Amino acid sequence: MSIVVNGKTLETDEEGYLADISDWEPSVAETMAQQDDLELTSEHWDIINFLREYYEEYQIAPAVRVLTKAVGKKIGKDKGNSKYLYGLFPYGPGKQACRYAGLPKPTGCV
Amino acid sequence: MPTSKKFMYLNRRAPYGTIYAWESLEVVLIGAAFDQEVSLMFADDGVYQLVKGSDPSEAEMKNFLATYRTLGDYGVRHMFVHQASLEARGLTQADLIEVAWEDLDTEQEVDNIVEVVDTDQAACLIAESEVVFSF
Amino acid sequence: MADLHTVNKSPFEKNSLEAAIRFSLAGSCILLIEDAVYGALRGTRVEEMVKAAMADKKVYALQSDLLARAIKDDRLIEGVGVVDYAGFVDLVETNDKVQAWL
Repeated sequence: MSIVVNGKTLETDEEGYLADISDWEPSVAETMAQQDDLELTSEHWDIINFLREYYEEYQIAPAVRVLTKAVGKKIGKDKGNSKYLYGLFPYGPGKQACRYAGLPKPTGCV
Repeated sequence: MPTSKKFMYLNRRAPYGTIYAWESLEVVLIGAAFDQEVSLMFADDGVYQLVKGSDPSEAEMKNFLATYRTLGDYGVRHMFVHQASLEARGLTQADLIEVAWEDLDTEQEVDNIVEVVDTDQAACLIAESEVVFSF
Repeated sequence: MADLHTVNKSPFEKNSLEAAIRFSLAGSCILLIEDAVYGALRGTRVEEMVKAAMADKKVYALQSDLLARAIKDDRLIEGVGVVDYAGFVDLVETNDKVQAWL
């Protein structure tokens, strides 16, 4: 599978995650969101950027439980809950937000 | 009623020559979702898994040394390292990474959950665990 | 509190047997299976280590793996128990847990 972003064809796995994380640029997230009929707001970008920083530091995508706690600590207490995160990413913050961020599918329960 | 069991992951293999170390780490990450009491033990060549500064990216392998540092976020409370195994390899705790632990609910903090233990302590810790996964 | 420690690697190839002995408490059972049964032989360089372990631990070898390797009972270190599959199951049942040394 693949996705076309700014005229470039980027390879993805069968679930739509980028095959090569270094292919990522912000328009990848925009394109994926468009395909899901979702408009990205600054709240979405807070989570996407957080995920990219987490991956950069720890080399994995965080489990949802870890994501939720860390968002609460780093972005705001009112945002560290699954209701808020699912509101932003209805397909699940682990799966959908990681996909937009160019990360591989998270390990474990997502 | 959910019951919490004491889990131990026993790591005795060097990190990059085989897949064991990364597989063990992945199982720890998955297992942590179930709210168990989790400890890791590093013995024999397993102590090499925690050596600071490792970078296998030129060997085209995932650099998962960084991933150990997030284990505190995954509910891992203890990472024990067998002292005689370290000494046999000319290593000391100063050669190992540090892993911080923090309970975001209670704000309780531990600077470093990596702890060197002697052989008797290691044997006791393994014996008192209810489930031991060997890698 | 007693555990059954199983070992399945030759002691001349890996240190699994040594690790099982070192990291098991007094009163533990150590069961040698597959290539680890070579560790039950007399006259090898690991014989002393196994004998020393038997001071406070019980050591067994699995019969089918001995037979497969032409190891007769009279070549075993004295005191090593030989168990068949039913004996293996009994050991699992009578110990708190099974710890595999790979």
